[in-house]
Formats: sequence, C-alpha cells, structure tokens
Amino acid sequence: MGGPEIERLIELLGKLPGLGPRSARRAALGLLRQPQARLLPLANAMEQAARTVRTCARCGNLDSRDPCTVCSDPNRDQGLICVVEGVGDLWALERAGVHRGLYHVLGGTLSPLGGIGPEDLNLSPLLARLEAGGVREVILALGATVEGATTQHWLSERLAPSGATISRVGQGVPMGGALDVLDDGTLAAALMARRAS
Amino acid sequence: MEWEAPALVLSATPYGENAVVAHVLTAEHGAYRGLVRGGASRKQASLWQAGNLVSARWFARLPEQLGNLGAELVHPSAARIMLHRLPLALLSSCCAVADGALPEREPHPRVFDGLVKLLTLLSLDAEEAQRSGVVALIRWEAALLADLGYGLDLTSCAVTGEAGELSFVSPRSGRGVSAVGAGTWRDRLLPLPPFIMNAGDVGNPSTWSQGLRLTGHFLARDAFGARHQPLPAARSRLQDMIEAMPVAGEAPG
Repeated sequence: MGGPEIERLIELLGKLPGLGPRSARRAALGLLRQPQARLLPLANAMEQAARTVRTCARCGNLDSRDPCTVCSDPNRDQGLICVVEGVGDLWALERAGVHRGLYHVLGGTLSPLGGIGPEDLNLSPLLARLEAGGVREVILALGATVEGATTQHWLSERLAPSGATISRVGQGVPMGGALDVLDDGTLAAALMARRAS
Repeated sequence: MEWEAPALVLSATPYGENAVVAHVLTAEHGAYRGLVRGGASRKQASLWQAGNLVSARWFARLPEQLGNLGAELVHPSAARIMLHRLPLALLSSCCAVADGALPEREPHPRVFDGLVKLLTLLSLDAEEAQRSGVVALIRWEAALLADLGYGLDLTSCAVTGEAGELSFVSPRSGRGVSAVGAGTWRDRLLPLPPFIMNAGDVGNPSTWSQGLRLTGHFLARDAFGARHQPLPAARSRLQDMIEAMPVAGEAPG
C-alpha cells in the first residue's frame, strides 16, 4: 500500500486496545499527514515514556519516579491505603479526586480460569507496608465480580492480623441511575448493602 | 441450529476486548460454550457472573461450531452471595467443579437440578447457607460423581457384606466399609461423615472437612484425573477454608 514502514506502523497501532486494522489505518494516516506536528512528538513521547516509566516498588503504580508521585506526596494521608486491581483503577480514583490516601495495585484478582492464584498477586509489598506500621485503614476497591469478591474475602483474612481496619467500597445504584432500568444483580446487591440513613 | 433453555453460568473467559466465551449448563443440552458479543461490556458483565441462572439462547450455523450465546437474567445468585464469604466460596467451588468435570454437550439433568437447588439455597438465605451449605455441596458433588459413573457404593460393607453402620470409604473402590470391617486398615480409609447417610444431619466443620476430603479424592482421581487436570483452585481454597475453621465454632461470615 505505502511501503513496509507504513504497514509496520499500521500493524503496531492495530494491536493497541480499542483499535482494529481499520481504525489503525485511519490513525496512521492522521499521523503521517502531519509528521512534524503529530508523528514526531508522539514518537518522542513514546520513547521517553518507554525509557523512564517504571513500576513503583511500593505500590505498583506506573510512574517515571520510584517511589511514584502518589507515594512520595507528603500531603497524602499515609495511614489510608486503597487496594485496587490495576493501574487503570488507580487512575479512575485519581480522576474522581475522592481518595486522598495512598494506593496499592494488586495486579489482578484470584481467577482459577485465568490461572491467577495468590502467588501471582502483588501482595508482599502491601504486607510489608502494614508491618512497618502507621496504616490505620485499608480500603479494598476491587470489582463487583465473583473473582473480585473472592479476592476481597481472601485479602480481608490475610490483612486482618495487621490490626488495621479493613473496609470495602460500597455497591449499588449508580449516580443518575433510575431503579427501573437497573439490572437485577445490581438491584439485589444495592438492597443487600443498604444502610440506615 | 438453535436452542433456548434455562441455564446456569459456570464461567466466562474474556475473548478480545469486549466479548467473552461463556460456559453454561442446561438440563436438556448439558454444558455448552458460546461466544457472547459484548459480554464484558458494562451492560452485560453482571449477567455473565458464575452461578447466575439465565434464560439462554444458543445459535450457530452448524452444530459443531462454537456458536453464539445470548441471555436474560432470571436469578442473580452471584450478586446475592458476594457479601458472604463461605457461600461465595461454595458458589465458586461448585461452578468450577461443574465447569471442569462435566463433558461438553452431554445432558446431565440431575446435576443441573442439584446445582440449581444448591445455588438457590446459597443465595436466598445467608444464615441457612452458612449452616447447611457445605453439606449440600458435598451431597451435590457425590451426585455429580454418580452421574459421571464414579459414584460411591454405600449399600453395604465391602469387607463384611453387612448393610448399615458404615464409617469409612475405600479410596480405591469407593465402597463403604464398617468400623468392624476396617480393622487395622482404618488409617488408610477415608472417613465417611455421618451426614452422607443421614439426610437431616447438617454436620460441623470437622465432618464437613471429612466430606470434602472424601468427594475431593474421587473428583481429583476420577472426574479431573481422567482429563489430567488438577482439582480447581476454588475447590482447594474451599477445603483450606473449612479445615481452618474451629471445630466447635461458628462458620465465619
């Protein structure tokens, strides 16, 4: 079509989440039409990110610093750790701006089918942080799936000896959600997790 | 080629970005897999949770194809159980065992009916699930083994030939053995928990552990061993959880 370089670019773009061969071609064309304004800055940014971004040894976040920006922020509540499944969840919570404590990225949930067992989860650094003291609460913010709930129960048991309060995020009716359009599972979970107002 | 039937979701494996390959169990058609387009989407993800009872529709151009699955939720067992540790472990275990032990597309209506009853017990009353859920699961596992052709023979003692008073099971033949018949071999036999023979007995953590070891032995050796597969991790975790329970204590919430 346009030489092996373009084919290679399309092939690599097509492997990104959310992009197929068709959208990869459109993206490649958009980049190639403005190489100075789009393609080269993108290539530089990608190269720089590949060179500098690493996994934070304390919490598992991705950052160019280790410890990451979140872990090294003295204004954050050091006694509050929110456990999430992946970095995407951490970013979502940061976007919402509702958590002012620290994080811990577990790197998955227990999944027999996915071949993820307790030994595959990033748990040791969390246990070490709890052992070091100063943590008063651990918030388990894992998905509302069978695997997520199984992992929450397992983690609660593992973290209980630390003495920190173990809490979990609520489940139920989403913001702006009308009850009559919610699925039965969400409604059941919302009713079971009800609280006195 | 098409069918519609009530089905239990056994598992859902991610496929691509937005789809899942779901494994469901029906009474008429047995265990079936199918591609669910958008199965991992926000709208559908809660439906394809293990243990949910759905009204499923499978269709394909040819019967030997993977086919497509669609469903509507009938009973959200997973959502009802998630907050409770022991019932959730039981749900994960029974779904993982059915997922791995049942042959594809071979009807096992008694296994399906038993699993529906078990999941209903687990999801409708958390207290009752804590009290009698483990025994119900062990009885269902024994029924599953029987349906697959590996059933326990508890009609009479394999040594003395006398009926009743069975206390052990031979790990080799699966036949019951009385305390008298066991003699010096009792350490090599699997203890038979009383609730297996007595329908009204709900047992205790100690006898639950014996029951799980009993059915676990035959599941591992016959149902999963025949496929060169280990027992599912969820089943092993359940056993660990029960064995860690205090003998005279209450089941943890």
